Amino acid sequence: MEFTRRGAIALGAGVAVTLMLPARGALAAAEDRIAEFTGGAATGEGGITLTTPEIAENGNTVPIEVDAPGAVSIMVLASGNPTPDVCTFNFGPLAGAQRASTRIRLAGTQDVVAVAKMADGSFVQAQNTVKVTIGGCGG
Amino acid sequence: MKMASLKTMTASVATLALCAGVATADENAELVVNGEIHMVTRTDAPEHLENIDVIRSGWTFRTEETQALQLDDFDNPGMIFVEEAIEDWDTVEGSEGKACADCHNAVEDTMVGVRAVYPKWSEAAGEVRTLEMQINDCRENRMGAEKWGYTSGDMTNMVALISSVSRGMPVDVAIDGPAQETWETGKEIYYTRYGQLEMSCASCHEENYDNYIRADHLSQGQINGFPTYRLKNAKLNSVHARFKGCVRDTRAHTFSPGSPEFVALELYVASRGNGLSVEGPSVRN
Amino acid sequence: MAEGVKPRVKAPKSASAGETVVIKTLISHQMESGQRKDSDGNVIPRSIINRFTCDYNGQNIIDVTLAPAISTNPYFEFEAVIPDAGDMKFTWYDDDGSVYEETKSVAIA
Repeated sequence: MEFTRRGAIALGAGVAVTLMLPARGALAAAEDRIAEFTGGAATGEGGITLTTPEIAENGNTVPIEVDAPGAVSIMVLASGNPTPDVCTFNFGPLAGAQRASTRIRLAGTQDVVAVAKMADGSFVQAQNTVKVTIGGCGG
Repeated sequence: MKMASLKTMTASVATLALCAGVATADENAELVVNGEIHMVTRTDAPEHLENIDVIRSGWTFRTEETQALQLDDFDNPGMIFVEEAIEDWDTVEGSEGKACADCHNAVEDTMVGVRAVYPKWSEAAGEVRTLEMQINDCRENRMGAEKWGYTSGDMTNMVALISSVSRGMPVDVAIDGPAQETWETGKEIYYTRYGQLEMSCASCHEENYDNYIRADHLSQGQINGFPTYRLKNAKLNSVHARFKGCVRDTRAHTFSPGSPEFVALELYVASRGNGLSVEGPSVRN
Repeated sequence: MAEGVKPRVKAPKSASAGETVVIKTLISHQMESGQRKDSDGNVIPRSIINRFTCDYNGQNIIDVTLAPAISTNPYFEFEAVIPDAGDMKFTWYDDDGSVYEETKSVAIA
């Protein structure tokens, strides 16, 4: 087989597509979950705050907070995890706010997504990228 | 000598990818636990330290989010393990029918200040002892119980419990008198290059603290916060387990936890933090 | 019942009627994700807390569905309205069928 510049570029493009597949798969799974949650309705912006660290020192324990005043429930997804589900907060009549925080696992740098179902049946969405660092020391 | 310095450079260049402090938390952040325990996280280095002016707790090297986990005992997952140790403290074990509490009563009454001065010369044993050695001595000779593994969960949790009641007190290990010889051995180990990477403790924690080794923000390697809950493995980690991990990362055969070498190293490293507060159980990445 | 599971709750002992208070909960639990393998290469089966609820005098405050992406020792912080004196009930549901409960009484100050 003869290697030409054009051939190498084509090969490179093929590899790039292959490498992107898993990421697209995870994103698609997250999109499926959102569609299930919203019943296919469009999601708006605003009215929901997702607080995440810009950089997580370890993906095992990443503190997050969601806050969507007036929400009935808030679903949290990790788009780059093997499965995107993280948790869903359903707020009852005695909830003092539609706010909750927890600690989550992230398999790597990725977008964390929060979708809130509002009392009027509409949906709003927020997402943040969290960089998960891989340490230099295994100790 | 020329060869040695060339190797030094190669090792530094090869292993340290230095970059700007992107994740550094607020320089002036203060560590106050439960709104009442004021920790000294930066202070003048003890006199014996030649190459560092200001000593800093590992807490000051972590991101804001990791730092926050140590501010409140409820938020600090390390306290779960302290609670487990409280149960052990009251549990009768061994042929003598004794629990820790039978001799030592309440841990918050009798163990205050103990963590701060260990490792410590034991006149009776004629050696420098770590808390772990002292605990096993109690188990074996006073309780007639089986010794705990040096870095086992039970042991590390118990060290964390004993440490927790000294939080906020300054680390103050003695390095003179009968402890001096052990301390000097520890110092020699600290500055000895080990492994295929030929790195000493000082390569990272004295010459390069505040720099990055890949994505890790290098600390001064202080041990005032041990045992420490690591996000990485979601449990308490002991000083010697950490030493072992570090030495292994230089691609060397490591000393064993509890070995005379690591006991000496612990005394020396603890003395580098004389003046910082006892923080254990701390939270680190 | 999974080993070493212990619920912990931080809630005020008293509140004024209608006050909103902050609640923190933590349960010691491995939260085995089902993604890990043991030293022989066999998948360690998933074993997690899959639901957490908090009710006050029979009325719901929060009901959470958990997936394996929740960290070891699940932690939640949220807010509750205290209409009158009563009991706050916390319930955690384990994959293995175990149910862990904790109750905190709140007085009206």
